[in-house]
Amino acid sequence: MSYQLKKQSITRLMQGIITGASIVLATLSVPAQATDFSGKRVEWIVPFKEGGGSDTWARFYAPMISKNLPGEPVVVVKNIPGGGSTKGANQFQRRAKNNGLNVLGTSGSTQFPYLLGDRRVKYEYQDWHAVLATPTGGVFYVNADLGINSAQDLVKLRNQELKYGSQGATSLDLVPLLALDMLDIDVKAIFGMKGRGAGRLAFERGEVNIDYQTSAAYLKKVTPLVKEGKAVPIMTWGILAEDGSLQRDPTFPDLPHFAEVYEMIHGEAPSGTDFKVWKAFFVAGFAAQKGIFLPKGTSEEVIETWQNAIAKTVESDEFKSRSEKVLGLYPQAIYGDATSAFNTALSISDADKEWVRSWLTEKYNVRF
Amino acid sequence: MIDAFLIALQTILTGTHLLYLSGGVLLGLAIGIFPGLGGIAGLSLLLPFLFGMEPVSALAMLIGLVAVIPTSDTFTSVLMGIPGSSGSQATVLDGFPMAKKGQAARALSAAFSASLFGGLFGALVLTLFVLIARPVILAFGSAELFMLTLLGLSMVGVLAGNSLIKGLSACGIGLLFGSIGGAPATGEYRMSFDNSYLMDGIPLVVVGLGIFAIPEIIDLLRQNRPIAEASKLGSGWVEGITDLVRNKWLAIRCAIIGCIVGALPGLGGSVVDWIAYGHAVQTSKDKSEFGKGDVRGVLAPESSNNAKEGGGLIPTLLFGIPGSGSMAVFLGGMVLIGLEPGPAMVSTDLDITYTIVWSLAMANVIGAGACLILSKWVAKLTTIPYALMAPFMIMVICFAAFQATRDLGDLMALLGIGLLGILMKRFGWPRPAFLIGFVLAGGMETYLYQAVQFDGWGFLLKPGVIIIGIMTAVSIYFAARHASKSDDTSDAESAEKDNLTQTQAKAQHSIRPQVIFAAAVCLTFAYGLYDSLQQSFLGGVFTAGLSGLMLILSSIVLYKLVTNKFDDPVNFDNEIVAGYKGDQSVASLMHYIYWLVGLILGCFVLGYLISISLFFIAFLVLKARTSFIKTASLTMSAVLFLSVLSHVMVLDLPRGLLQDLVQLPWPIG
Repeated sequence: MSYQLKKQSITRLMQGIITGASIVLATLSVPAQATDFSGKRVEWIVPFKEGGGSDTWARFYAPMISKNLPGEPVVVVKNIPGGGSTKGANQFQRRAKNNGLNVLGTSGSTQFPYLLGDRRVKYEYQDWHAVLATPTGGVFYVNADLGINSAQDLVKLRNQELKYGSQGATSLDLVPLLALDMLDIDVKAIFGMKGRGAGRLAFERGEVNIDYQTSAAYLKKVTPLVKEGKAVPIMTWGILAEDGSLQRDPTFPDLPHFAEVYEMIHGEAPSGTDFKVWKAFFVAGFAAQKGIFLPKGTSEEVIETWQNAIAKTVESDEFKSRSEKVLGLYPQAIYGDATSAFNTALSISDADKEWVRSWLTEKYNVRF
Repeated sequence: MIDAFLIALQTILTGTHLLYLSGGVLLGLAIGIFPGLGGIAGLSLLLPFLFGMEPVSALAMLIGLVAVIPTSDTFTSVLMGIPGSSGSQATVLDGFPMAKKGQAARALSAAFSASLFGGLFGALVLTLFVLIARPVILAFGSAELFMLTLLGLSMVGVLAGNSLIKGLSACGIGLLFGSIGGAPATGEYRMSFDNSYLMDGIPLVVVGLGIFAIPEIIDLLRQNRPIAEASKLGSGWVEGITDLVRNKWLAIRCAIIGCIVGALPGLGGSVVDWIAYGHAVQTSKDKSEFGKGDVRGVLAPESSNNAKEGGGLIPTLLFGIPGSGSMAVFLGGMVLIGLEPGPAMVSTDLDITYTIVWSLAMANVIGAGACLILSKWVAKLTTIPYALMAPFMIMVICFAAFQATRDLGDLMALLGIGLLGILMKRFGWPRPAFLIGFVLAGGMETYLYQAVQFDGWGFLLKPGVIIIGIMTAVSIYFAARHASKSDDTSDAESAEKDNLTQTQAKAQHSIRPQVIFAAAVCLTFAYGLYDSLQQSFLGGVFTAGLSGLMLILSSIVLYKLVTNKFDDPVNFDNEIVAGYKGDQSVASLMHYIYWLVGLILGCFVLGYLISISLFFIAFLVLKARTSFIKTASLTMSAVLFLSVLSHVMVLDLPRGLLQDLVQLPWPIG
């Protein structure tokens, strides 16, 4: 099964590279661009509240993209929160104009309900065109009092009471919860956390003893705890390599990624439905966490214009000097890479979908 | 530490810093005066300018913007009874009655000087508190936060009005409404009728507007008079400041409450003003004027809510956890500027923290000062004939409600809560108690569940829990003493005279409307109970317990009414008490409800902009009897204002069926 998946992603990747290369060639040979947005206003729908991670990400990008779109249109961020981000995405699906002036910024929280077949989802990712994928990583760490120093010792946690502060089983926390389940480590998930920050605060208070944070938050807020000897980093979720396999996260080269840890504990590389499902959600939640999409029926010309604008943005000095603080060290996926990243993330088979739904229902009483 | 002090002091006193700070303040004032927008919309305006700016200047603008919101939203709270944001809901309770008595200027100047004082005093407290904040915040776990919600709930005792049992039931309705939507423990949808709007829960802003503003608007329209008579409008400017000086200890205590409660992440700023208000009532000897225009009811929440913003900075800076919507915006802005919150903010970056804390205080001085100067003139708004004011106010309220989640459901919820508010006002079910319940419902359930999961029921023995428990008991004791005292004194003297006539008057009229409302409340709780039994144990246990208890309490109210206990405090019908019944000059209650329903239905069909224009024309011609030209120009200016505002701030206006079917040009499309 995993071989097949690998093969698929390689084909997609090749396709991506070819399209990407041909676009570069095309732009080189035709310098004058037909699409011009002068005097227009681009509305970038962000289906989240002002001030959150996705909003900050969009507002970071917006002015730079504006400079690199032909005619330098103003790019404004329009927040449409609600329904766990399904509302804004539904509205985009229903109303967005395909003239390049309406784009959507989604996040893992938009991808997950789609993958799970949430009944609130009325949008279809396959209709849209991805022009950017922003990855991030995640680091899993435990309280030093549990007495383990590395992933090797994880088995020792099997007979301890582990508590994890979670936003909900269908949130991004699905990735750590499923990962620990695959390692046969029992965890008591305590829901109702208002965000990953609240989970980390509960960890600092000693209310929970295991936690994970995305890379940026880990670096700024957990590293001090590690130095104080209160927290011990165990593993990362890894990153998705070009061949579709998991690799070590370059930000944390000393930490093993999840597939390595799985092999350490079970003696064999992960395969089977659970790993396939985990990987799909890992990609949708981390490797391609945030993305910019153009709506259904957008012309090739407009898509290319956007792809070029994003590429120029990511290459610009301004982006390079500022992105590390806001986005972390991960390379942004553009052109075909963006498309293929989301293809990997969002093509989940019906059987796999059924599997994860019944896992959630059995384990966490989630009703669909 | 001294170094950090000096560096920060040097920074905030530079000309450019002050300039940008004032810029942010002025922008915040201009936006904050418009209810429902607050700092969040301000950020959209400000952010493009932040790019390329020097981080310190950008930070100054950001602080100016955030700091002034809880100051400027006082205008609508006092003058129109519209809570401008969740932080100024308690201000409405006494601020608006003061405006009705012609003391708008006094109320405003008291509010602004209290804001100013609270902000400055808060900064002083924070300067020291920030150094020990980390362990303090870490000491407040779920168990302690749960106890704090109980402390908040104990304020219901003093806000219950005449009948404690009705107050508790009203609080119960609030708690039940606050638990609509996803259950914190399991994510199951409760009482949502499979409606995607209700699945997210009803937004606090909409509830605040519906429960306070709508009933007042309807009431004033029925009486058809200005909010205050022009002849009675005193300048009151100095009076407000004198009020503050006279009640300085109250203001100091409330500022401290604001600082500390505001600094606790998770509870959010929305309870602070209620705790301060309840504290003011509990500690006052003469409580008879509260709710009718006691200036202490304005001073307490206002001196706490500016201190709260400072307190809210602490978890934002130290842990990266925003305590409120405006702090979330501030956090986002910080990240964009390139400042990352974290433990370093109290060690290596301590000077930045002090710069932020003191800038906040400076912004308060500038903001409250500007408002104080303006208040004398703005107070004159209260003398405009109400039929002219009303369409603008309704326009603003609908717009503000819609900004909560930008869904037509917001308008529907506004109407629904508005109707509930009208009935609660009429039948004497205390609306503040309802709101406290609503505000605390989510936190109470979440923290109780988490505390039990973390520590088991043993959490009740944690020292922090016991301390807050004792405070709650003291608070309840004060409330009980207050209740028995008011029984002794006011009842003994005044009631003796009035009792005879009032009982007669009450008895003469049918109490059937009251009975129907009480029965509806019972049915609501019965439904809550039924709904909770459909859920899993963890998803339903909170609402089941709540509904069960409240069903008993509300049944007692119903029983007393049905058995014709005329002299019992549960019997109250404002139509009779205020003498509306039989008064020909007062329009019927339903009359203006129909107007409101018509407007909201119009929004569903024609969209907001068309619907509100038609409402303006119809209302001005039929009710205010304005000339054709005046009607046209007022309507035009309202539409123009809305269109420009929504365009500049990148906000949608509600779209109706028409807009879904036909492509219409901007702005009506």
